[in-house]
Amino acid sequence: MTGTVAVIDYGMGNLHSVASALEHAGAERVVVSCDPAEISAADRVVFPGVGAIRDCMAEIRRLHCDELLMRALSDERKPVLAICVGMQALLDRSEENGGVDCLGLIPGEVRFFGHPLNDAEGRRLKVPHMGWNEVRQVRQHPLWAGIADGARFYFVHSYYVKVKERALVAGAVDYGVSIDAALARDNLFAVQFHPEKSHTAGLRLLKNFLEWDGTC
Amino acid sequence: MGLARRIIPCLDVDNGRVVKGVNFVGIRDAGDPVDIARRYNEEGADEITFLDITASHEDRDTTAHTVEAIACEVFIPLTVGGGIRSLADIRNMLNAGADKVAINTAAIHNPQLVQEASQRFGAQCIVVAIDAKRVADVDGRPRYEIFTHGGRRPTGIDAVAWAQRMAALGAGELLLTSMDRDGTRDGFELGVTRAITDAVDVPVIASGGVGRLEHLAEGILIGGADAVLAASIFHFGDYTIAQAKDHLASCGIEVRR
Repeated sequence: MTGTVAVIDYGMGNLHSVASALEHAGAERVVVSCDPAEISAADRVVFPGVGAIRDCMAEIRRLHCDELLMRALSDERKPVLAICVGMQALLDRSEENGGVDCLGLIPGEVRFFGHPLNDAEGRRLKVPHMGWNEVRQVRQHPLWAGIADGARFYFVHSYYVKVKERALVAGAVDYGVSIDAALARDNLFAVQFHPEKSHTAGLRLLKNFLEWDGTC
Repeated sequence: MGLARRIIPCLDVDNGRVVKGVNFVGIRDAGDPVDIARRYNEEGADEITFLDITASHEDRDTTAHTVEAIACEVFIPLTVGGGIRSLADIRNMLNAGADKVAINTAAIHNPQLVQEASQRFGAQCIVVAIDAKRVADVDGRPRYEIFTHGGRRPTGIDAVAWAQRMAALGAGELLLTSMDRDGTRDGFELGVTRAITDAVDVPVIASGGVGRLEHLAEGILIGGADAVLAASIFHFGDYTIAQAKDHLASCGIEVRR
């Protein structure tokens, strides 16, 4: 039973893709909302995000989505999946937009890739990091079930996550620097890539999330 | 190993129908963009670009509905271009389910639109489409200019300088089409492709002129493109996406399988 999945909507961009991918992956019911009652009633929560961090953080706070998220994580202890800017928002601070304070739920920061960016062989890398890259599963986790280690997921971002507590890193990807591509802590899983745009591997990760009991 | 180079089939859509023929086996209706997008998705396309060539304004609603239908079934990135003139147009396409929106002529008339769109929606979803054409050489070196109206109207703007300006204003990606090569099947115009990929930090999609699989590899290896876009070689059933990826891999190019 996947139950109801609530996608937290704080008005930044279209959540249609996330919702339809969750439905495609087998969700019984998907609600896209910022209504506390609806999110509280859901069995699991997705915290998405696109666009610039300053605007995202402003809307998250204005609509009290930070409180909804913390309630789902700590009080209700539901499975929570954070995606892209939703993942970045969990950290202490981001370098984007001249420096923005984030939610501080996970110690660490969000950094700019930098110019110029080169790979190990000295070849220039483009920013944003856009396209399909290989995610190393540095730690076992129920959300990796049935997904090959090194499977490609779709990324599009100019800032990347670096957490302090390295044991939280569940997936890594190389793009000039080693990026924390997935984090796992208790009932939280967070990804820098877009599972809703990552075809078979992405849909499988969403299916795994829908079947996850929040333990690891 | 690392980031894969992308292969992007392009659908030219007029009033909700794909204009160029598609010979996929098992597709009931060769003109239905949803059918075709689904097929490319299954074949392993890395993204899909949907180019709306509809002339009239009323048909924009049709486009939004088609984009919506594709986004419900296709879980790879979808770029929508053609006739995007304002922030409202961009918002409509993003709300319909596009992941990225390509701006072309409107960027020439109003470059600030690119900056405003990037700030509002994020650079990751703003693609600037550049139609370049070779003009008289300067000091023995080719010069490329931006053209509008399908390559008929010159603007006098240098293509490389324009690419740099668009990236500086916040374009997250550039879609470069050679108007000299588009439709010829003679291969990409590699000179302008290389000049622009070298000049900007953002990813560049090469487009215009693909007739054989070798052309895709050249666009990446010689042109330096981060992604290659083609329409007719896939639409007419000459090659599948899988064959294109096999060929790129045989040239030592990293692809997603």
